[in-house]
Amino acid sequence: MSEVKPDLVDVQIDGVWHRFPKGTRLIEACRQVGAEVPHYCYHPKLTSPGNCRMCLVETGMPPRSAPGAESPQPDESGHLPIVWMPRPVIACANTVAPNMGVRTTSPLAEECRKGVMEFLLANHPLDCPICDQVGECTLQEYSVEHGKGESRFREQKVKKPKNVAVGPRVRLDDERCIMCSRCIRFTDEIADDPVLGFTDRGSHTVLTVYPGRELANNYSLNTVDICPVGALTSNDFRFQMRVWFMRETDTIDVNCATGANITVFSRQNKIYRIVPRRNNDVNSDWMPDSHRLNFHWIDSEARLTEPMVKEHGRHRAATWSEALAKTAEKLASLSGSEIAVIASARMTNEELFLVRHLVRQLGATQIDIVPRMGEGDGYLISADRNPNTNGARLVLGLARPGDGLDRVRSEIEQGRIKAVLCFQENLVEDGGFSPELLGKLDFLLASYPLAHSTTGLADVVLPGACWAEKSGTMVNVTGRLQRLNKAVDGPGETREPWEILRDLIASLGGDSGVTSVAEIFRQIAAEVTEFKGLAWGQIGDLGLPLIETGETIPALEREKQRKAAGLIVG
Amino acid sequence: MGGITYQSGRAPHAKEHRVIFRNIDRAGWDTSIDTYRKEGGYEQLKKALGMERAAIIEEVKKSGLRGRGGAGFPCGVKWTFIPPNNTKPVYLICNGDESEPGTFKDRYILHQDPHQLIEGMAIACFAVGANLAYLYLREEFPEAARIVEKAIAEAHANGFLGKNIQGSGFDLEIYVHRGAGAYICGEETGLIESLEGKRPYPRIKPPFFPAAMGLYLCPTIVNNVETLCHVKHIIEMGGDEYAKTGTKNNTGTRILCVSGDVQKPGYFEVEVGKVTMGEVINDLCGGLRPGRKLRAVIPGGSSAKVLRADEIFTVGRGDDARKLTIWDIPMDFDTLAACGSMAGSGGVIVMDDSRSMSWVLNNLNNFYAHESCGQCTPCREGSLWMKKITDRLVAGKASPSDIDTLYGVAKNIDGRTICAFGEACSWPTESFVEKFRDELVADAKPSLESAIVNPETLTAAAGLCD
Ligand SMILES: Cc1cc2nc3c(=O)[nH]c(=O)nc-3n(C[C@H](O)[C@H](O)[C@H](O)COP(=O)(O)O)c2cc1C
Ligand code: SF4
Ligand code: SF4
Ligand code: FES
Repeated sequence: MSEVKPDLVDVQIDGVWHRFPKGTRLIEACRQVGAEVPHYCYHPKLTSPGNCRMCLVETGMPPRSAPGAESPQPDESGHLPIVWMPRPVIACANTVAPNMGVRTTSPLAEECRKGVMEFLLANHPLDCPICDQVGECTLQEYSVEHGKGESRFREQKVKKPKNVAVGPRVRLDDERCIMCSRCIRFTDEIADDPVLGFTDRGSHTVLTVYPGRELANNYSLNTVDICPVGALTSNDFRFQMRVWFMRETDTIDVNCATGANITVFSRQNKIYRIVPRRNNDVNSDWMPDSHRLNFHWIDSEARLTEPMVKEHGRHRAATWSEALAKTAEKLASLSGSEIAVIASARMTNEELFLVRHLVRQLGATQIDIVPRMGEGDGYLISADRNPNTNGARLVLGLARPGDGLDRVRSEIEQGRIKAVLCFQENLVEDGGFSPELLGKLDFLLASYPLAHSTTGLADVVLPGACWAEKSGTMVNVTGRLQRLNKAVDGPGETREPWEILRDLIASLGGDSGVTSVAEIFRQIAAEVTEFKGLAWGQIGDLGLPLIETGETIPALEREKQRKAAGLIVG
Repeated sequence: MGGITYQSGRAPHAKEHRVIFRNIDRAGWDTSIDTYRKEGGYEQLKKALGMERAAIIEEVKKSGLRGRGGAGFPCGVKWTFIPPNNTKPVYLICNGDESEPGTFKDRYILHQDPHQLIEGMAIACFAVGANLAYLYLREEFPEAARIVEKAIAEAHANGFLGKNIQGSGFDLEIYVHRGAGAYICGEETGLIESLEGKRPYPRIKPPFFPAAMGLYLCPTIVNNVETLCHVKHIIEMGGDEYAKTGTKNNTGTRILCVSGDVQKPGYFEVEVGKVTMGEVINDLCGGLRPGRKLRAVIPGGSSAKVLRADEIFTVGRGDDARKLTIWDIPMDFDTLAACGSMAGSGGVIVMDDSRSMSWVLNNLNNFYAHESCGQCTPCREGSLWMKKITDRLVAGKASPSDIDTLYGVAKNIDGRTICAFGEACSWPTESFVEKFRDELVADAKPSLESAIVNPETLTAAAGLCD
C-alpha cells in the first residue's frame, strides 16, 4: 500500500480514490471532489443533528478478515476491496475512515433520497405559487433532482399554524417547515437567544417560539436565510419580488468596520433585499438585522438628485459644471491654510486617495474624518461604525482619525479657516460642528447622498452616490482589504464620489490622471506602502489581509472555538 | 426454591426458574430493607466492593449476560466501551422506562423488590466507576417512584449508598428521575437528552455512543432494570456458574410477559432457550382460549416482527440447520433472530384466529404514530402515514394498492432513521404485509382503486404526474 501521511486517509468516492484529512465529514469530502450530497439540516456553522436524512449515502469498508483466514489482497491501485454495507449512513455527521468507500449515486443512495423527498412532501402544503422561497427553495430543487415526480400520499394532510409572527421581523408558516432545526440551532448556538423550539410529537411537531418571548434579537433574519424552505420569511421582503427577477451583486456592508460580506438583490435600480455572503474571515454566514435592513433610505424622497448652489440664502438646482465652477472660483481666492477638508471613513480608499490629491492641490493643511464610535455587540458589529477607518489611516496618513477636528473648529471660530469641503459626512449631526460655527465660513461645500442639516447650510451641494451605487475598496477592522461593488445606479444627476473629486480637481486646474476606480487603485498600490504590489483583480470576492490590526471579530472567535471542539465543520 | 411460599394462585409454574422474580408475589415479602437483608440482601454488594473492578466486569462478561431492554447486547462488553483513558465522570443509568407495548416485567421488580435493583445498580456502578446513577422511570410509574425512593433512603441509612459505602471508600448516589410520558424516552440517547432537561430527541450514533459520549457528553452506561438485577446474581454465582443457566450464548433466565389470547396471561421467568413457544402458550399460559386456533405471535414486544402460526422456520446453518414450527421455537435471542424476529423486551403477544390482522396492524401503527418523536423525516412522516393507511383499511376505505404503498412506506423508514424507533415502527408493518398480505388485501376494496380518496393531494399531484 502506498505511503500515507498519518493525518490523511484514502477514501473512494463514486469509484475514484481521493485523500482527505482525518476527521473530514463525508459530506465535505464529497463536495470537495464535486459529488454534492443533497442536504437540509446540515449547516457547516451549526451542530449536526442528522435529522433530515437527505444526505444518506452508501458506504463500505475493507473486509475484516477472520482470524486465520487469508487476508484480502490489495488491487493494482494498492487499495483493499470494499465490502458495501446494506445500511446507508448520513454523510453530514460521519467522518472519513481509512480505505472507506462512498457511493453518492448508487441505487441505494438514490432510493433513500427519493424516499425522504416523498416523506417531506407528504404533509407539505405545496403552496409554491404563493411562497416567497420559490426559486431558492431546496425542497423544490431536490424535488426536481431527486424526487419521484409523483406522490403516493392519499391521506389528509396535517394542519398546522400559518402566518405566525415569531418576532418583529420574522414570520413562520409551520406547514412548510421541514423540521430541520436549523433556525433553532442558530438562535441557540450563534445568537445565544434560544427562543425557538419544537413542541408536540411526530408528524404533529410544530416549530414555535417560547411562550411570552419573541424572536427579536438583532440576528433574527439569519434564520430566514438558512431556512431551506419558505417556512420562515422576512416581513421586510415577503411578497416584494420573485428572486429570479433580481440581479445579485456581491459587495460589503458599510454599517460598521466589520464589513460583512453581502449580496445585494436589486431589480431595475431598486434594492429589494440584502443577505449575508459567507466569508469565514469576516462575518461567517451572518449579519445583523440592523445592517441588513438599512437600505430603504436609498430610494427615499430625501435623496439629493442634482447639484445645488446657494443664492441669496436659497438653494437652486444647478448643473455639475456650474456647481464645480462656483467652487473653483471660491477656492481660488483662498490660501491652503484657509481651507479644511473633512472627508469620511465611509468613503472608499480610492475616494480618499483623490481627497488626498485634492488636499495637495489646494495646499490645504487641515484634513480629517469624522469618527463614529459606538459599542461592539460582541458578535459582528464593530465598535467602529465607520467601514473604512483603517483605509483613512493608510491613505490619508491619519495617525488618529478625528483628532484634528477640534483644531478645525477653533480655527473656524478664529476666522482662520474660511472654507470647508465636506465629503460624505454630516458635520452638524455627526461631526460636532454647530450651524452657528459653520455660519462663520465664507464657503461650505457638502457632498452627500441625502439632504441633511449640513447640506442645508452649504453654498454648494453635490449629490454623491451612496455605498450601493459605487465601487471601490475598504479596509476592515481586522485589516482586511475588501471590495465594494456597485449594485444600482444613483438617482438623477448623482455622481460617484470619485468622479466628483476627479472633476473638482480638474476644475481647480489639476489632473488626477484617472478614468476609473481600478486606475486609482493602481496609483494607491504604487504610492501607499501597505498596498504596494497589489493589483485590483487580486482582491477577489472575499478580500485579502492587508495589515495586522490586532483586532478580532467576536463571532468568529467563537466559531473557531466550536470548530476546534469538533462541534462544527466551520 | 425451597421454603418460599407465594400468594395464593400466584405460585410460579413448574417450568419457571425464578431468580430475578424470586420474591415477586411471595407471601410475607415486603419492600423493606430488613426483609431484603434477612435473605442475604446487599451481601453481594459487600462482596463486590472487595473485588477488583476489572474482575467484576470479567465475571459479567463470562456470565454471557445479554441486555434485557431490547437489543440483547452483551452487558459486560458494553461496560468495557468506556474509553480507557477517560478522565470525565462516568454515569450509570438504569432504564426503567418500560414502555414497549406487551412488556410488563420491570414494574414488578420496582414495585416488589426495589432493593434487588439498587444492589445490582450499586455493583454495576462500582464496576464501571460511576459515583452517580440515575433511575429513569416512566411517568406512568408513580407508585414505583415512591417505593424506590423509600428503598434508596433505606439503603442510605444502612450504609449501602452515599459516601464511603461499607468502608470501601466508594461513594454512590442514585437519583430517581421520572419521565413525562413518551415511549421514545426508553431509547437510551433520547433518555439521556430527557435527563439533561431537553426534548428526548435521540442522538446520532456515531458520534454519540453513550459509553463514550453520554450524559453531559460523559461516558454513560445504560442498562435495563432486569439486566442490572442479573448483575447481583452473577456476583453471587460467579460468571461461569451463571452461564450454565439458560443455553449457549443465551445464558441466564429472562422474564417473559405474555399477553393476548391465552387462558392465563402473565409473567414467567424461564431459563433462556429452555422453553419453547409451545410450552409458553400451552403450559405456562394454559393454552389458547377454548375453540380458538393460533394465528400469530409477536415474540419480543410490539416492535418485533410478527410470526405466523403456520410458518416453517429454518434455523441454524449447515449441519446444524433444522426446521421448526412456531410451537418448537426455543425462546432465546439467537433462535428468534434466526426466525426473522427478535427476543426484544420479552413481551410475547399471542393472537388467535378471532383477530383481524388489519386491526392489529392498525393498533400498532397508532401507537407508533403517536410515539414517534418527530425528529427525523422518515419516521416522523412515515409513522403517521402508515397509521392513516391502516385507519382507512379498517374503515373499509382502502384499495389493494394501498397495501403496496403501506409496505413501501415502511421500507423507506427501515434502516434510514436516527434511532431504532425507525425499525420498531416499520417492522410490524413490513412483517404483517409480508405474512398476512392476503388478509389485508381482502379488507381493501378494489372499487376504491382509482377513487379520489383525498382531493387535496390529488390536486397537488396533478401537475406532477404524467
Ligand atoms: C424506541 C425504543 C424504545 C426503547 N425503550 C426501552 C425501554 O422502555 N426500556 C429499556 O430498558 N430499553 C429500551 N430501549 C432500549 C434502550 O435503548 C437500550 O438499548 C437499553 O436500555 C439498554 O439496556 P440493556 O443493554 O440492559 O438491554 C428502547 C429502544 C428503542 C429504540
Ligand atoms: S422553520 Fe425552516 S429552518 Fe426552522 S426548522 Fe423549519 S424548515 Fe428548518
Ligand atoms: S427514528 Fe423516529 S423516534 Fe427515532 S429519532 Fe427519528 S423520528 Fe425520532
Ligand atoms: S443533512 Fe440532514 S441528516 Fe445529513
